[in-house]
Amino acid sequence: MCLGIPGQIVAITDASRDMAMAEISGVRREVNVSCIAEGPLDGLVGAWALIHVGFAMARIDEEEAAATLEALRGLGEAQETLDAMEEGARALAEARP
Amino acid sequence: MRYVEEFRDPMAARALLAAISRVTDDIGATADHPVRIMEICGGHTHAIFRYGLDRLTPPGLEFIHGPGCPVCVLPMSRVDECVELAERPEVVFTTFGDAMRVPGTKKSLMQAKAEGADIRMVYSPLDALELARRHPDREVVFFGLGFETTTPSTALSIRQAAREGLSNFSVFANHITVPPPIKALLDDPHMVLDGFVGPGHVSMVIGTRPYEFIARDYGKPIVVAGFEPLDLLQSVLMVLEMIRDGKAEVQNQYGRVVPQDGNPVSLAAIEDVYEPRPSFEWRGLGEIDASGLSIRERYRAFDAEAKFGIGYGAGPRHVEEPEGCACGLVMTGRIKPTACPQFGKGCTPEMPLGALMVSSEGACAAYWQYGGARAMEAAE
Ligand code: SF4
Repeated sequence: MCLGIPGQIVAITDASRDMAMAEISGVRREVNVSCIAEGPLDGLVGAWALIHVGFAMARIDEEEAAATLEALRGLGEAQETLDAMEEGARALAEARP
Repeated sequence: MRYVEEFRDPMAARALLAAISRVTDDIGATADHPVRIMEICGGHTHAIFRYGLDRLTPPGLEFIHGPGCPVCVLPMSRVDECVELAERPEVVFTTFGDAMRVPGTKKSLMQAKAEGADIRMVYSPLDALELARRHPDREVVFFGLGFETTTPSTALSIRQAAREGLSNFSVFANHITVPPPIKALLDDPHMVLDGFVGPGHVSMVIGTRPYEFIARDYGKPIVVAGFEPLDLLQSVLMVLEMIRDGKAEVQNQYGRVVPQDGNPVSLAAIEDVYEPRPSFEWRGLGEIDASGLSIRERYRAFDAEAKFGIGYGAGPRHVEEPEGCACGLVMTGRIKPTACPQFGKGCTPEMPLGALMVSSEGACAAYWQYGGARAMEAAE
């Protein structure tokens, strides 16, 4: 929750809500990009960012992304984040108990 | 030095460790009179244990684990209120998974879920927003938890809900801020700290200026650090060098991610949605002035405290810590987790008594997780 995970913006999905598709360690997840937007959102496609709980918070370069991901993997935090994303997807699908 | 081989660049790690030893000697610190550096962020605590940095560094250097794990500093009363909210029949209670196992006075959210409350673990407040869109007949409450790294996410989600006119979405805001507890620790005459390693990702949002009081008013150095083991070693070295040179500054080792002024969009969103509470209760530290955030009047419709009459909105509620639990002493770095009478007995990751045992960022969980491996090594 406190550590962001690097992801690459692959497409803008809903410009009116600042939403984009990011690829995070092989998993695709929609994220909010308002904190890193400067100018038209299309300019973000291909960019790397640190993503915190679904929000891209800082642009980073590819090398920094790789190093951060390795550090997170070493801590087991990368897997924890991917599990949380899966859990989130499940929560949405869950029917009313 | 078996851990060093795991570093991305063992050569660089060795050089940094040698320099750390040298400067620690220059300072004249020894195991009996160590130089004490607090890492504020729970992620750093985890990394220190994972890579055994506390053992690779000389005995004259002591790491004090700070209150930087937001789950760990959550008082029991807040967990009780989460359970109360979650057990309301109309509510879908959404939370980060980290909070699920934190014990309340009667039960944790995990136990409440097992008993039938509609509690869902989500990755992001965006998931909670989506649930609110899909279930207009239910009240979706998001448990807003965390330091400045997660605060922008709930602020922006509340603004999005307002734009869409979603009337069934609210946030139970328990966001906290990093600088006030540091001030509280510095004001505590029992705490003797020589310097700080500052949080990287929090600082990405707030920048480095909010730490200036540490250097200016208290004469202590602080270095904002990244998460790689090499980042941490380098930052520790930078703190030690300032101590040796009698300097107190705010330095930024993580400049590749942390801008001096933080992230302007995040800061503006926080400012728009939140205001400081007069005070907020921290587990182990008590009430700290202006250390928590509440939702501003203009977004009152999205404030679960106002909507359900709970939390600080309904007046203070203090719950005593369980018997024999030393969370407060551990949290403030006064004792090591293993000195808690409950450690490994009444309190394990499976049956936690305190929150420090729950999160991987908590000092007790770190000692537990990596302590076993260490005991084996010692026996070798
Ligand atoms: S061992 Fe358990 S009870 Fe003791 S300080 Fe750690 S979390 Fe608290």
